[in-house]
Parts: sequence; structure tokens; C-alpha cells
Amino acid sequence: MAELAKLYDPLMAPAGAEMRVVYGEALLELARRDERIVLLDADLVSAHKTSSFRAEFPERMINVGVAEANMVGVSAGLSTVGKIPFPTTFACFATRRTFDQFFISANYAKQNVKLVGTDPGVTAEFNGGTHMPFEDIAVARVIPDLVAVEPADEVAARDIIPRLVEQTGCTYMRIPRRAAPRIYAEGEQFPLGKGKVLRDGTDLTIVAAGTVCVPESLLAAQELKKEGLSVAVIDMYSLKPVDGDLLEEYARKTGAILTCENHQVKNGLGSAVAEELAERYPTLVVRHGIMDEFGEVGTFDYLKERFGLTAAAIAARAREVMKKKGAL
Amino acid sequence: MLGKEDIATLKKDALEIRVLTIDMIGYLGKGHIGGSLSIADVLALLYRRHMRVDPKNPTEMDRDRLVLSKGHAGPALYSTLAYHGFFPQDWLHTLNVGGTNLPSHADMNRTPGIDMTAGSLGQGLSAAVGIALGNRIDRRDYYTYCIIGDGESNEGQVWEAAQSAAQWKLDTLIAFTDYNKMQLDGWMTDIMNVEDLNAKWLSFGWFVQRVDGHDFAQMDVAIERAKAESCRPSMIILDTIKGKGASIAEYNPANHSMNFDYETAQKLIAELREKEAVHG
Repeated sequence: MAELAKLYDPLMAPAGAEMRVVYGEALLELARRDERIVLLDADLVSAHKTSSFRAEFPERMINVGVAEANMVGVSAGLSTVGKIPFPTTFACFATRRTFDQFFISANYAKQNVKLVGTDPGVTAEFNGGTHMPFEDIAVARVIPDLVAVEPADEVAARDIIPRLVEQTGCTYMRIPRRAAPRIYAEGEQFPLGKGKVLRDGTDLTIVAAGTVCVPESLLAAQELKKEGLSVAVIDMYSLKPVDGDLLEEYARKTGAILTCENHQVKNGLGSAVAEELAERYPTLVVRHGIMDEFGEVGTFDYLKERFGLTAAAIAARAREVMKKKGAL
Repeated sequence: MLGKEDIATLKKDALEIRVLTIDMIGYLGKGHIGGSLSIADVLALLYRRHMRVDPKNPTEMDRDRLVLSKGHAGPALYSTLAYHGFFPQDWLHTLNVGGTNLPSHADMNRTPGIDMTAGSLGQGLSAAVGIALGNRIDRRDYYTYCIIGDGESNEGQVWEAAQSAAQWKLDTLIAFTDYNKMQLDGWMTDIMNVEDLNAKWLSFGWFVQRVDGHDFAQMDVAIERAKAESCRPSMIILDTIKGKGASIAEYNPANHSMNFDYETAQKLIAELREKEAVHG
């Protein structure tokens, strides 16, 4: 039986820190303890607010300019001589643009490159469709042995980032720059390969990931409770591998799964969950997220509405799932 | 400066590397003969006189590194490494056999002495830049060598790596272009010309030298000058002949990868040994 995570009180209060600051601080803290850590960026140091890393470790902060493929290739070379590079850029460039470099020079070559993609999905906001990766998980999860994560808040990020260093081999983390609502109480642990149960339930399980979908799913579950529905919520921060045992446990318990992601439903979290359950314990799985569309420009709130990543849209989808479940 | 004896040794090394390369490809019946034979001489020189490596301890941290970015020339490097005792020479007959330690494209996780996996062209120079940066961060004093192909230089990433090496003044990075003027589909001037190669590298901020890639004395001087250069990475453009040493491959536009049987390989080897004995 999975334990319930300890949540922050008040749950989903606005966060103090931006996730980029959390990332930069976590990496700086790691770099002080571990001289192998090297941070690379592709002309987005200001956007990532990582200049304090550069100030403290000028030789270990490498700005490659607007050349992401080279950044990942250089990272692979650094890894061969024992460094632990964190190449960091917007998630669209981190994955799509460097796919072959990350695939061959880093992963196929069995190196230790910790790729970080920022501004995933709708968090790209005003940078719009060209910068809005709805496919970075899809790209990452086909790479053999890769570990992929998406922290849902700052507590998760602070705990997960050091684990990426402990994990030998390549990893991919998607993380927004903007601030995220607080979900977790301090001290919560996030072992790789696991998920977290945020809320228990018996009628339906929402499996979500990330700073957008986890809080909205929790709100949706609260809303559905008023209608008499008992909805569990799982934060599947480990996108690859997903926590198959936890998924099976909740599939058995609730008999229906709704996945929710700030990403294409094709080949993202929803696909991963559906694949896992199809083989382990066939269950009704409905995937909610970006439905085979490109991104577009707008405010964060507009984009959440536009792509259905709000509590109301998730709750509406949950009601559909319940109807389907009843008809089964 | 190389003396007569040095040159004689290097000629013998290069001959044996070519012999082993032709033999291994002939044993399999198919392989990247052209681009392997064009770099046999620079490999002979590097592993006899420049690469600080220990065949018995090929992962020692302070060793010099070689990134064979044109990873399809793996057979030439395998021959060189086997010749110098990194692994038994009988491995050479396992080229591309299922489960082999010698895949067609260089793989650092399979072959002792291979410092970087390559095969997807354009990526190796970036890795070499990373290796040279690691050298600087750790205050080590190894050199990073990298061999790229001329056809490979069509890849944009080569030039991303080029600008970064110059920006970071990586003077321990010494790269070579195997300029055999041919790419897979034929002559570069007919497919995708890279001229003016000297001017390109110079304009990217590199110390550029251009020498005969089959002349040990010229190459040795160039490498020494490259080592002495400070504040700039070095590019040594090697004018080479694709397929050099195998009569069926030299000047044959279809010499990138060739099919030939073991009997043919032995004839080519006999021819090569005879030619070397006459002109040696």
C-alpha cells in the first residue's frame, strides 16, 4: 500500500521562489559539494538566472552561445573525462534540436549527461508555439535507459535534482522557469522511478505530472468530491520509468485512470501510463492533455484555458471517464 | 624533427596498419576502406610519437585522447590499436560480427583505446571540445586530438564546435581534417564542396596548417607546432588520398565502402608490400 505524501499547508499557496531559481540554487549547492558538476547553457543564462553559478564557478559554467547541438556534444565530451554536465536550455531546443547529439554522443555512448529542458508546454507563454514543447517527453522517453523526471513543485525539485547526480547515466528533467504552487511539505522524498499519492480515492485516479497539472488535478479532485466522487491524485514525477506498481495498485483500487499532462497525449505521460497498465492490469485509461496540436502564444492563464489544463476542464473530463466506467 | 630511422619506423607502422585494415575488411568482405586508408599515416604517427597512452591501461586519466569523429574509419583505428597491443590482433577478424568489440563505427564502450563513440557525423569535434575543456577545469595537461572527415565538414555542428573551441582558446585541442576530397557519393566538388577549407578554419580563429597527410616529416612538424601554439586550437588539414595503398580503392569514386573478398585482400596486401619494398 502506497503511503500518502505529506502536503504543504496551506496546500497550493503561491510559491515564493521561481522554479528557475530553485534549479539554479540546487545546482549551485551540488556544485559546492561535487566538483564534477558543470552547468552549460546556450545563451539563456539571464533567462535562467544562473549567473550566481557563473560568479562562483566561472570555469564550470559554460555558455556555448546559440548552439544547442554543440552544447550537448560538449557535455558528452566533458562526461567522458568524469564531469557531470547539466546542459540547460528551453525544453524545445533541449530535446528536438539536440535529439541526435543527446541520443548518440550522450546516451548511446553511455555518458552521464543531465539534460534540463525549461519552459515545458504552456509555461513557454509569450514565446509561443515555436518555443512550446508538447513533445519533449515523447522525444526523451524513447531513448533506452534514460531517466526522465518532472518535479511538481520546489520541494520536489530540490529533492530530485541531487538524485539525478546520484543516478549514473543520462537523465532528462523538464522544469518551468516560473513560480509554481506549493504542493509538498518540506522533507518529502522523491526516489526516481516512483510516484506520489497526494490524495486517496476509490472511484477514479488522476495521474498527473508537473507544476501545471498536479495542482489543477488536486483542485479538480476537490471539486469532484463535492459531487460525491472519490478521486485519488497521483503525482507521477518519474516520467521514465513510471511507477508501474503504484499505477497497478490504483488501477485495481479505482478501476479507472485519467492522465493529465502539459504535453501531447501522444507518447507522453498518458501513453506511458496506458502502456504500463495495458500490459499489467488492463484498465480504462483516458488521456487528458494536448490533443495533437501545436502550441501558440498567450498568457499562462489563457493557454491553460485554451489547452484544457484547468481544474474545470480536468473535472469535466473526469465526469466523462466516470460515465464510461459506469457503462463498462 | 624526424630522423631517417624514425621515418623508416613510421613507414613500417603505417604499412602494417594498412595491411591489417585491408585484411580485416577483406575477411568480412565489406567495409569503409577509403576513409580508413587515408588516415593510416596520421594514426601511425600519432600512436608512435605523440599520443601519451598506455595499451595496458587505456583508461588512465592523464592520457591524451583521440576522438575519431569520422567514426566509420574505425577499421584503421582498430588496426592501429591492435598493432600497438591494446587488444589481440585476432579480434580484427571479428569486425561487424554480431556481439563484436569492433563495430564498423568507433565505440568507446566496446573497444579498449577508443576515447569517444562516433558514427553520426559532425558530433566528434564537440566531444573533443568538451574533453579539452575538462582538461582545463582539472588542470591536467593532456592533448585532445580529433580527426574529422572532409565530407563530415558539411555538417553544421562541426562549425558550431569550431567557433566554441576558438572562443575558449582551447590550445590543447589539435584537430585534423582528412582532406581526401571525396565523400560517399563522389568528389566533393561535385557533391558539396568545402573549399576554401584553410580560409574557413582560419576565419573561425584556429591556427591552421596544411600538409601532405602521407608525409610523416611534414605532419610531425605540424603537430609539434600545434602543440607549441598557445591561445588557439589547431587544425591540421591533411591532403590525403582516399583508399591510399589499396590499388582497387585509390582514385575510385566508389571507394567509400567496398566489397572485396579475402583472396582479393591478400592480393592487395602482397601488392602493397611489394610497392613499399621497392619505394620504401
